Formats: sequence, C-alpha cells, structure tokens
Amino acid sequence: MSETSYGKILKDGMWTQNTGFVALLGLCPLLAVSSSVVNGLGLGLATTLVLLTSNVAVSLIRNLVRPEVRIPVFVMVIACVVTAVELAMHAFLPGLYTVLGIFIPLIVTNCCVIGRAEAFAFKNGVAKAAVDGIATGLGFLLALVLLGALREAVGQGTLFARADLLFGEFGKGLTLHLIDDYRGFLLAILPPGAFIGLGCLIAVKNVLDARAKRRAEVKPVHVLHEAGA
Amino acid sequence: MRFKTATSPHILRETGVGQVMRRVLYAMAPGVAALAWFFGWGVLVNLAIATGVALAAETSMLAARGKPLAVHLGDFSAVVTAWLLAVALPSLAPWWLTVLGVSFAIVVAKHLYGGLGYNPFNPAMIGYVVLLISFPREMSAWPIPHGVGQAHALGLPETLEIVFGGAGRLVPDGLTGATPLDVLRTQLGLGLTVTEIRNSPVFGIVSGSGWEWAALGFLAGGLWLVQTRAADWRIPAGMLGGLATIATVFHLIDPQRYAPPWFHLWSGAAIFGAFFIATDPVTASTTPRGRLIYGAGIGVLVYVIRAFGGYPDGVAFAVLLMNIAAPTIDLYTQPRVFGARRG
Repeated sequence: MSETSYGKILKDGMWTQNTGFVALLGLCPLLAVSSSVVNGLGLGLATTLVLLTSNVAVSLIRNLVRPEVRIPVFVMVIACVVTAVELAMHAFLPGLYTVLGIFIPLIVTNCCVIGRAEAFAFKNGVAKAAVDGIATGLGFLLALVLLGALREAVGQGTLFARADLLFGEFGKGLTLHLIDDYRGFLLAILPPGAFIGLGCLIAVKNVLDARAKRRAEVKPVHVLHEAGA
Repeated sequence: MRFKTATSPHILRETGVGQVMRRVLYAMAPGVAALAWFFGWGVLVNLAIATGVALAAETSMLAARGKPLAVHLGDFSAVVTAWLLAVALPSLAPWWLTVLGVSFAIVVAKHLYGGLGYNPFNPAMIGYVVLLISFPREMSAWPIPHGVGQAHALGLPETLEIVFGGAGRLVPDGLTGATPLDVLRTQLGLGLTVTEIRNSPVFGIVSGSGWEWAALGFLAGGLWLVQTRAADWRIPAGMLGGLATIATVFHLIDPQRYAPPWFHLWSGAAIFGAFFIATDPVTASTTPRGRLIYGAGIGVLVYVIRAFGGYPDGVAFAVLLMNIAAPTIDLYTQPRVFGARRG
C-alpha cells in the first residue's frame, strides 16, 4: 500500500478512477449543478477543498481512532469540514452560494468524500492523503467543468457566463459568446441534457482509453520490427 | 452472414419489416393529403426534409456501426420515423427544426440505444418531445387552416421562403393561430364555458375545423392497417377506449368545464397517435392483454395531460411514459400456455 507513487495517485484520481466518469460517484451534484461552467467550477473547487481537508484530518487521526468506530468519526470530520466550507462560501461568494444552494451542504453526502477517507486516507500518511484528496477533487472538478461546458455551449451558446459570481468584477469580461444570435437549445440545460451529456462524455473517455490501450499494445511490435530491420 | 429464411408453409405470403413499414407509409397518405389541403404546402415540404435527413442520418449511423446498408435502409423504418415526426410538426416550421428533430430521433433515440428493435422509446416521439420542450414558440406556429378566415393560401414559393428563411425571420402573425386544443385550454383558463368556446371559428363540426378531416383521413388509413394486421386492433381500441371513458366521466360531472368525449377523440393527435404511434411494435407491449392495458394507459394519460397538465395535447408524453411501463406490463400479462393450470 505504501508503495503507491504520487504520480499514480494523481493519475488514478484524475483519470483512471475518475469519480464522475468511472466510479460514477456523486452523480446527484454532478448532474444537477453542471448546467454551466461557472456552477461546475464553483462546486468542483468546494468539493476539492472538502476532500483535501477531510483526507488530511482522517490521515492525522488514523492511529488514534479504533477501526470499530471509524465510520462515525469520518462522518463527524466531513460534516465539520463541509459546514466550514459552506459558511466560508456564504461569507465570501454570496452570489455563487445562492446559485448552488442546497448542493453545497449536500457535499457531505457525496460518496466520494467518505469513500476516499475509508479507502485511502485511513491507510496512508498525511502527504499521500493530501495528494489523493486533491487528485480526486480535481477529477470531480474536471467532470463538472467538462459537462458544464458542454451543456452551457449547446444550451445557450456561451462559456463562462456569470463568471463574476466566482471571480468578481474581473469575471464579467470572461464570458464568451460562441455563436452570435444563438436561439438556445433548452434541452441541454434541462435534466435530460445532463444525462445525455454525461453519457456522451463517458463514451468519449472510453474511446480515448481504448485507443491509448491499442497504441500501447502495438508499440512493442513496432520497436521489435525496427530493431530487426 | 444472412440466411435466407422461409415462412411456414401455411402462411401464404412472405412478410417482413420492410413490407409492414411500407404499409404504414401508404396508410398515412389520406391523412397527410387532408393535412396538406388544410395547412398548405408546408406539410409536404416538412415530409421531404424529414425523409432526406432521416436517410442521411440512418446511413451515417449504419456506416459508423459497421452494419450492412442495403438491408437496413431497405426496411423503410427510418422513413416511417421521419414521416411520423414530420406530420406532428407545424407546417410552417423552420427547416432546422425538422432537421434537428429527425437527427435526434434517428441518432440518439434509435441508434445509440442499439438500432431498430432495441430502442425502448418511440424515436419519433423522442424527437418531437425534444423539440417541444426546447422550442415551444416555433412548435406552436401552426397556420390557420384553409377556409377559416385566412386571407389567401400560401403558394409553394412563399412556403419555401418561410421555411428556409433566415434564423431571425418569423412567420407573419396573421398566418398562424392557436390550435383548437390550445384555444380550449386558454379560454377555459379565462373562465369561459365549453359551449361558449365552441362558438369560436376554429371549431368545426366535431372538433377543430380542418383538423377533423385530417383525423378522418388517419382513421381510414389506420383501419386499413388494422384490417391488414400490420397493427394490432387492441392498442388503438385500448387507447381510444381509455380516452373516451375518462373523458365521459369528467364530461358527466361538469359538462361546462370538461369538453365532451367525441371532441377529445377527434382532436389533436388522438386518432393519429392511436393507430400510428402507439402501435409501434418495438416500443409497445407485446402480449394481447398487455396491449389493451398499454393502450388504455396512453388514453387516460392523454386526457390527464390535456385537462390538468401544462400542455394542450399530451399524446407524445403519454406514449413515452407508457413505453417505460411496457416491459412491466408484459411481465404481468403473460398469456397462459395451452394446457397449463389457471392461476
């Protein structure tokens, strides 16, 4: 277990074991919040912060907690962290807080948070648990932002609309209008668009993985052939 | 590899998917003709666009999935989907509406679910619902039927100009009007009674003027489909029976608040849906009793959506909802095997 390298932790969290695309954990916030890039980015950053903090906390107390009571302890830790993040967002990003609404406190129910605490942080040192929390969080953020971009672009023809919620005054200039005079395609913003979009993104990921695998299999033969020639 | 299959010796004619699908197309002809007479060239323009797009989408999806083209294009199922959807679209719909709806129906609702025979939902209705919830304004642009106070009928060039006009171009207001079910819905909301509303010029002998003749055409074609066994009588009978029953109950409770059953049977997509859409063999229930239940469920849902829901007509939503229920209905209505014990 302690042999896991940092590179592998990062790659697993962000791609191979991606929460959104592979493990399909935390689908409720993923589908509900990803109607725009900014919403996705906001929730993704909040979740990453929660994952990082809870992983570090769980890793720190892993030798003090008896395994029999570990789950209630995880729940307490995660609940504290989420409450703190919620209060911080309410104080510093009130606009985004209003838009994301119930989904900020609901980070507490995101299975990937307790999943990483149980499967990784409880068995590893603080540094590795921190890297794992960041990697898993960024993987979820990637899924949220990609799906948000897809739905926002198809649904209303923009990217980074209302970025001022996250970046203040500077964000107002970030909004991209992809197509002038776009009529909008409401389906992509509505719930069915989330399911269809996620399905397409998972399909694209599977295609990319299959292609990478095929290339990896072909390469050694190619090298042998060259060496023989 | 495709084996040549022979039919059993007691069946005189060879039937196949292609033949049934062609019959559906023939059976739509009278209704389509009536629609074209009352709503102009746009109906035929829609059909032409939809057919072209459906064949193109089907060809590219078949090629992408490595399926034989000739077999699957020759069974006309894509054309049937295209026609079912095109008939449901307003006749002055902009071209991109038809293109988008048909592509979605063929690519997402049909091929992403595994192609003909594997799709759990009726592709044409998926296409229709996608357009209805995404573009409500364009989807309500039905022209006023011929003979209801329209200044002049649009010629083919004018129709093409409206259909292919730029994205910003809208249909002139005087040409389009609310459909009869729309009028009923809005004016009931204003507190008028059914009798008062029926005096509006959009209503004809039984239901909407113009619309009722199209329904008659679809009824004729539908009865022919049932007679040739291309469609099972149980589904239309169940659907129209269910709709008529619940409409009668509510009409008896308060005749001034709820329109009579014959109006509901003859309005909107009820007849067309009963014979052409609900009877899709892939997405409907397959057992004899199950088909009656499936049909009745659609009929009741159509009424509920019309009378209490957010849309004037509900055939598409009702069909899709019962599509989800069809496998469960099949499970509980397995016919008794001959000789097996009852119960």
